Amino acid sequence: MRLKKSAVGLIVYLVLLMLPIYWMLNMSLTTNADILGGFSLYPKDPTFDNYIKIFTDESWYSGYINSIIYVSINTAISLTVALPAAYAFSRYSFLGDKHMFFWLLTNRMAPPAVFLLPFFQLYSTFGLIDTHIAVALAHCLFNVPLAVWILEGFMSGVPREIDETAYIDGYSFPRFFLTVFMPLIRAGIGVTAFFCFMFSWVELLLARTLTTTVAKPIAATMTRTVSATGLDWGLLAAAGILTIVPGALVIWFVRNYMAKGFALGRV
Amino acid sequence: MNKTENNKAWFLVLPVFVIVAFSAIIPLMTIVNYSVQDIFGPDQRVFVGTEWFRDVLGDERLQEALWRQFLFSGLVLLIEIPLGVLVALMMPKRGWTVSVVLVVLALPLLIPWNVIGTIWIIFTRPDIGLLGVAINGLGVEFDHTASPLDAWITVILMEVWHWTPLVALLAYAGLRAIPDAYFQAARIDGASAWATFRYIQLPKMRGVLTIAVLLRFMDSFLIYAEPFVLTGGGPGNSTTFLSIYLVKVAVGQFDLGPAAAFSIIYFLIILLFSWLFYQALQNVGTGEKQ
Amino acid sequence: MARIELNGVEHSYAAKPRGEADWALKRLDLVWRDGGAYALLGPSGCGKTTLLNVISGLVYPTKGTVTFDDRDVTNLPTQQRNIAQVFQFPVIYDTMTVFDNLAFPLRNRAVDAVKIRERVEEVAAMLDLTPDLQHRAHGLTADAKQKISLGRGLVRNDVAAVLFDEPLTVIDPQLKFQLRRKLKEVHEQFNLTFIYVTHDQNEALTIADQVVLMNEGAVVQVGTPQELFENPRHTFVGYFIGSPGMNLVPCAIDGDAAVIDGQRIPLAQAIAAKAQSSTGRLEMGIRPEFVRVAPAGTTGAVLVTVAVVEDLGNFKMVEARLGGHAIKVKLPEDQEVPGESASLVFPPERTKIYEDGRLIE
Repeated sequence: MRLKKSAVGLIVYLVLLMLPIYWMLNMSLTTNADILGGFSLYPKDPTFDNYIKIFTDESWYSGYINSIIYVSINTAISLTVALPAAYAFSRYSFLGDKHMFFWLLTNRMAPPAVFLLPFFQLYSTFGLIDTHIAVALAHCLFNVPLAVWILEGFMSGVPREIDETAYIDGYSFPRFFLTVFMPLIRAGIGVTAFFCFMFSWVELLLARTLTTTVAKPIAATMTRTVSATGLDWGLLAAAGILTIVPGALVIWFVRNYMAKGFALGRV
Repeated sequence: MNKTENNKAWFLVLPVFVIVAFSAIIPLMTIVNYSVQDIFGPDQRVFVGTEWFRDVLGDERLQEALWRQFLFSGLVLLIEIPLGVLVALMMPKRGWTVSVVLVVLALPLLIPWNVIGTIWIIFTRPDIGLLGVAINGLGVEFDHTASPLDAWITVILMEVWHWTPLVALLAYAGLRAIPDAYFQAARIDGASAWATFRYIQLPKMRGVLTIAVLLRFMDSFLIYAEPFVLTGGGPGNSTTFLSIYLVKVAVGQFDLGPAAAFSIIYFLIILLFSWLFYQALQNVGTGEKQ
Repeated sequence: MARIELNGVEHSYAAKPRGEADWALKRLDLVWRDGGAYALLGPSGCGKTTLLNVISGLVYPTKGTVTFDDRDVTNLPTQQRNIAQVFQFPVIYDTMTVFDNLAFPLRNRAVDAVKIRERVEEVAAMLDLTPDLQHRAHGLTADAKQKISLGRGLVRNDVAAVLFDEPLTVIDPQLKFQLRRKLKEVHEQFNLTFIYVTHDQNEALTIADQVVLMNEGAVVQVGTPQELFENPRHTFVGYFIGSPGMNLVPCAIDGDAAVIDGQRIPLAQAIAAKAQSSTGRLEMGIRPEFVRVAPAGTTGAVLVTVAVVEDLGNFKMVEARLGGHAIKVKLPEDQEVPGESASLVFPPERTKIYEDGRLIE
């Protein structure tokens, strides 16, 4: 396989990217004693002890499920409401459109710490505390604006003539949107879905604040483990790896959809 | 694009507005409320007007944290945006390697932010961390718990490692959306690779790069968990960025009034600079307002 | 300017083509005369874009050779072929001015600045772009942008051919007409080889001296617009060219006439003789423009029933029936339209006979 300069550069970058993660993996498969005993590039005496210790705590398992649930709900909602809105911003001008567009993004600009209490009070009033839908809805605050912004950008790259041709050909709006338009912005939809998933997956503060037991996400469980373990590096590393694994698995399974999403859309 | 005037388009936007406003408006009003009151107890409040705002703005430590924050975000943008674009240009366009590269790039982004800090604590330790051992092995004395410069380098490295993939993914999507005809035309015109980048790829990435710059500016300006876990804001105050200082104030003093005022000022700063970035990026290269 | 030859060119997009359907281009041999204006005409999917891409270098043909002035370019990439291409949508450098857009190909070839200015101004004048030269290309209308695309091809002195891939697709209908005329003017002035792909026969017939009509990957006929109109060598040509297309009716041969539903239609001697010995499926073809309405009782006239008469302003379209078959007749607007039945005359010199779709001549 001939390697172009760009392929070499990319491989170097990707290896550097994986190094810290590999290192965590390395530590997680080693006992704490071995870690402190001597530096080693790979686990000389690999062991799953750290993982076993963690998994005996069953809140880990439910934590995973919870995160997947509310992240999926959030991605679905965000995409569904953002698509028509982005289309409106791209094709039409209406009262307050520019302000609305910018206002959406301003919802990502506030420091979360102080807002946690009012958030709790608001969701409490609606009886939504400790539900998956609460976290999914709360995450819409920063994911929906992002989705609208990204989708609008991609939609604006599609010439209006295509819309008009479809209407002349007798397409109804839903049919045009689903069969003609959406395939043309595949890259945008792929990116958007990924970012919604990602930002919701890693968001800790709101997820922790709005949940108590039933819907608690894994990252919250992880921080409990961290404080409980003190400085057991092996255990810490295993806990860290465990927070990465589900996200990585999901991405691995949808990788071909993501790649198709990024594939060149020929007009 | 010529947009048609049609106020009925509001119906398409309504779901977005409702969902976002639900979580946005009331908490914001609550914060504004707190920011102008002194709260002694559950039922004892005194209206104090702009007192908290004046206190907060006059706080020297806050001003220092602010400058640190600007420096940090500036460095972040300067490194991440060009690097991300470069990575996107190197990424494959077809074949099985595309999905593999996408997954590897996505990995750092999927790690909860406190775990990022943990990873880098381990990675940079001079006794058990790969990077720490390597650097000290080369004879360079590197300790981010003792030296402010080392702390900054580590934090920036961690941040670039963490977030450059976001820029790369956005830039890649933007590049993929450029129709082939433009590249054919450039070849026919005899354009060099640099000219193709400068006159076709870069202009057509304006949209995604705007999003990338705005996102990275906002998120880096708000950054909390990663540096806090890694350095705790130290050594001393050297890596106490604005969010870290805000939490110190809010938690330490346990006073909602000043914390609320601080948050509002914080928000307005980000708003102002985001708006400036947005305006600048919309007009670059076109010479006319869009 | 160059003479372009395609010899034995065949192309399949499939790695291992099996049947006929896998071949986007069936075997063809074509010569494009230096300085000619050619239209590549045909319905969607007929292979005209593939053929254009073989000429431009975007596609390397599975078999066969492409030569420019006897130089084999079959496997040379696009930039080494000295062609210019105008695409379906305007491809311009948004951030540059019109002047810089036009100058770009020359600057990349290190042409000297004074010559660049001369050439750009000359091309801009030809394309009516002079007032916009210092404006950024970004804000102009679609037709201006297409002119810039064309202009970038014209500025180069050594251009072998200019290839157009349905360039008027995004242009407003009112402006299409002007742009077509401009293209014709440019061709006459610069005398470059133009190869113009389109599915619109009006465009093809206006712009081209020679039309290459394609269907399902094969070249069906090459000729002037007039030849294709008056002497279609294949029923497909008869059907595709003209609006409406040629009337095609299955028939038998008896002596020196075609027989449809018992009625005799006189034919030219030579044709009738050849048709008599044919074994394939015979059809009579005649264009609606050439059928004449005659008074009842005229020799050689055929009796038909009149189904529909449409008054379309400048002309009338009559749909008549001969036996079970429809025959369309295009009549000038002042001609009297017959009532329920009519007598039609089919001039023998205009009446064609097709055997299995191919013209007997």
